[in-house]
Amino acid sequence: MGERRDLVLRGGLQRLMKRGAGRLADPVFAVVTGIAGLAVLIILAYMVVVTTYTAVPVFRSQGWSFIFSTDWSPSEGKFGAFAFIYGTIITSLIALLIAVPLSLGVALFLTEIAPRWIRGPVAYLVDLLAAVPSVVYGLWGVFVLLPGFLQPIATWLSVKLGWIPIFAGPATGLSFFGAGVVLAIMIIPIITSLCREILKAVPVGEKNAAFALGATRWEMIRGAVLPRAKAGIIGAVMLGLGRALGETIAVALLVGSRAQVTASILQPGYSMAAVIANQFQEATGDHVSALVGVGVVLFGITIIVNVAARVLVWRMVES
Amino acid sequence: MSAFFGDSGSDCRTNEGVSPLKVRTTQKRRIIADVAARVGMWGATLMVMIPIFLIFYYIAKKGLPTMDWEFLTQSQPFSMRARGGGFVHGLIGTLIMVGLAALISVPLGVLGAIYLVEYGKGRPLAQVVRFFSDVMTGVPSVFVGLFVYTALVIPYGFGAVMGAAALAIIMLPIVVRSSEEMLKLVPRELKEASYALGAGKWQTITRVVLPTAAPGITTGVMLAVARAAGETAPLILTALGSLEIVTKMVGEPIASLPVLVFTGARNPFPAGQERAWAGALELLLLVLVFTLLARIASSRNKLQQ
Amino acid sequence: MSQEPAFSVRDLHVSYGGQPALKDVGMDIEPCKIIAVIGPSGCGKSTLLRCFNRMNDLIPGAKITGEVLYNGQDIYAKDVDPVTIRRSVGMVFQRPNPFPKSIRDNVAYGARINGYKGNMDELVERSLRGAALWDEVKDNLNKSALSLSGGQQQRLCIARAIAVEPDTILMDEPASALDPVATSKIEDLMQELKEKYTIIIVTHNMQQAARVSDKAAFLYTEVNETGKARWGILVEYDDTDRIFTNPRDKRTEDYISGRFG
Repeated sequence: MGERRDLVLRGGLQRLMKRGAGRLADPVFAVVTGIAGLAVLIILAYMVVVTTYTAVPVFRSQGWSFIFSTDWSPSEGKFGAFAFIYGTIITSLIALLIAVPLSLGVALFLTEIAPRWIRGPVAYLVDLLAAVPSVVYGLWGVFVLLPGFLQPIATWLSVKLGWIPIFAGPATGLSFFGAGVVLAIMIIPIITSLCREILKAVPVGEKNAAFALGATRWEMIRGAVLPRAKAGIIGAVMLGLGRALGETIAVALLVGSRAQVTASILQPGYSMAAVIANQFQEATGDHVSALVGVGVVLFGITIIVNVAARVLVWRMVES
Repeated sequence: MSAFFGDSGSDCRTNEGVSPLKVRTTQKRRIIADVAARVGMWGATLMVMIPIFLIFYYIAKKGLPTMDWEFLTQSQPFSMRARGGGFVHGLIGTLIMVGLAALISVPLGVLGAIYLVEYGKGRPLAQVVRFFSDVMTGVPSVFVGLFVYTALVIPYGFGAVMGAAALAIIMLPIVVRSSEEMLKLVPRELKEASYALGAGKWQTITRVVLPTAAPGITTGVMLAVARAAGETAPLILTALGSLEIVTKMVGEPIASLPVLVFTGARNPFPAGQERAWAGALELLLLVLVFTLLARIASSRNKLQQ
Repeated sequence: MSQEPAFSVRDLHVSYGGQPALKDVGMDIEPCKIIAVIGPSGCGKSTLLRCFNRMNDLIPGAKITGEVLYNGQDIYAKDVDPVTIRRSVGMVFQRPNPFPKSIRDNVAYGARINGYKGNMDELVERSLRGAALWDEVKDNLNKSALSLSGGQQQRLCIARAIAVEPDTILMDEPASALDPVATSKIEDLMQELKEKYTIIIVTHNMQQAARVSDKAAFLYTEVNETGKARWGILVEYDDTDRIFTNPRDKRTEDYISGRFG
């Protein structure tokens, strides 16, 4: 102890000047963490560069028909991905149409009207839905939901409302509709939990002000909560959309894997992510580049949706 | 807002001119709207509960009969048509790849989060990293698979390392953002106490900040692991599959639980589909174990209480 | 009284992000005395305290000019590493802030990071005895520090500070979060610690300052013409008896007698 005491106690002023090895550790650690932080950016940039580079030959040879043609015949070297883009958008829209009102309903239920004892369990169950892997959704969708629930609904729709083009029969089971419903179930927990956070952020003072004016609870929600949370809710919906656009396995199992563009949502179709998962194993040469190209287009669409969503959610949370 | 409540007619000055009956009907309409909205919210919640119960019920019902000791300890028979066998090769493959992915993404992600909280504070670079981490969580996992395919599989072939690389890329932004949230919660007073004792920044971070945030970081890591364990699409493109247990890390395709469930779901034979159900149950349990671990870690998290 | 000062402060100015916080402070601090820093809230007491161990360096945008001589050496000189100063100048904070570790690990923390190779048990015991906590915790050294009461936690923080054997201890309102019994224990402890350490204590409690300190510094807030910028100045620095019975400055007298603040 004595030696150390000498060092520490007054008089040992040389000690103020340097710390030996410890002095180096701080800047080294700072640099290491900085590199780790940059890793996210580097990987993201590298992903874009590598995939785009691989897809360039197909973009060159196909030109705009890569996006606008529906003729996808790998054996003839024709790669028109429009049917996949169409299917991705249709299935995602169906999913949003179902998921948004339900998610908003659950989120409002949990934040505004649910009895206290029920909030925890319901929130927990909805979160549990988010933990289920997409392949499990797909399996369950194909063997349980489709024959047991969706097929009767689809048949009924095609019989009763078949004169409307979007419900034109025959209802085939594997279809845009089936894929859309399962996608909806998958994105409900995402949209719900984001909406809950946004709704929670609405200041209590504003809610009380509405109550003080004699508003019913629903009037308070419409008048004080929803206008405040609008931007955030749109952001949450777009994040759900981003997830639906990129979802692969459940769609690959349910959409029917037929590259066609039809108005009827009861007919089979395809999606960008599904065609990649389905055709990759037997693909060679240009076919591989074309599938990577489909991936690049998918990436582009989801990135736009995600960036827009993040900007909306960030604005909401920051303010 | 005032325009919205303007029709309530409850202002005391105007009230006298309005017949009591009219007041009552507007009141009634308001109450009906309120009740309808409540019914809608309850209804939406009940609707969402239905698929939750259906999924867990059917996975248990269809998975349990096939899920026996043989299923848990044997590999798949060569023919999909044959009964018996199991997915142990897939379970091992999943554990290997998820483990490797965690080994890559957890240190990288936690270090990145330390940068965001301790060094990059207020700097534009930190803001950019934070934003693109959020964006990266939204990148479709199949695209990550395509990237690893073109960058690693084309030169080196399919394998566990390639699958792990794809899973690591999917986990990384989740780990970064969740760790960042936890590191932010470490009280300034604790860091100051450490600095006041003559600790450097590095010592303060490794000996005070990280141990204090550890339970919360573990929660985030477990959730990322749960997410990665259930990923199918990127593994189809990077790990492919196998019929036997594979221990070679590079250059040999390796099975995983989700991919086995996927191929089982697409095959026409009842025996293969039965294994897929049992595999789905096994996968679901695996994922739930990780989510449960996340919950346990977060209940030990003093920072959030 | 002719002893060489432990600290001499000359022309000290502190600003945060361009806003002045403390202007033109100069004072000498003799070793092994208790110096109280008093004044109305927001007058820069804590800012001044944090200049003695360069804790202000941790606040982004903080700028310090002037000299703080520690045993004759300027701790703000270019070639001085702030980390080394904090090893000789310990600090105890307003709210007890033990690490979420065991009692033993809390006390040993400073020694460990400084690469102490001696007998750790001995050091822990000596430090805990020095902080008058040993008898209360000696059977529970492995228990979490967070299980202690507030007053015990604060004494643990003192033990943690003296374990690295500093010669000065800075205390930033160490008893403001404690009940009267715990407060008087801390005050008694300060009298013991003064034998070996110079103690600088910030307090908003007049009675406490009068009870414990040998010398007192009174800081006061000045406001510029627009009323937007405000900063602290040192009004008076003298023996505690004098400050409390016969202050030179009107503002000190007003504050002591409770006319504002």
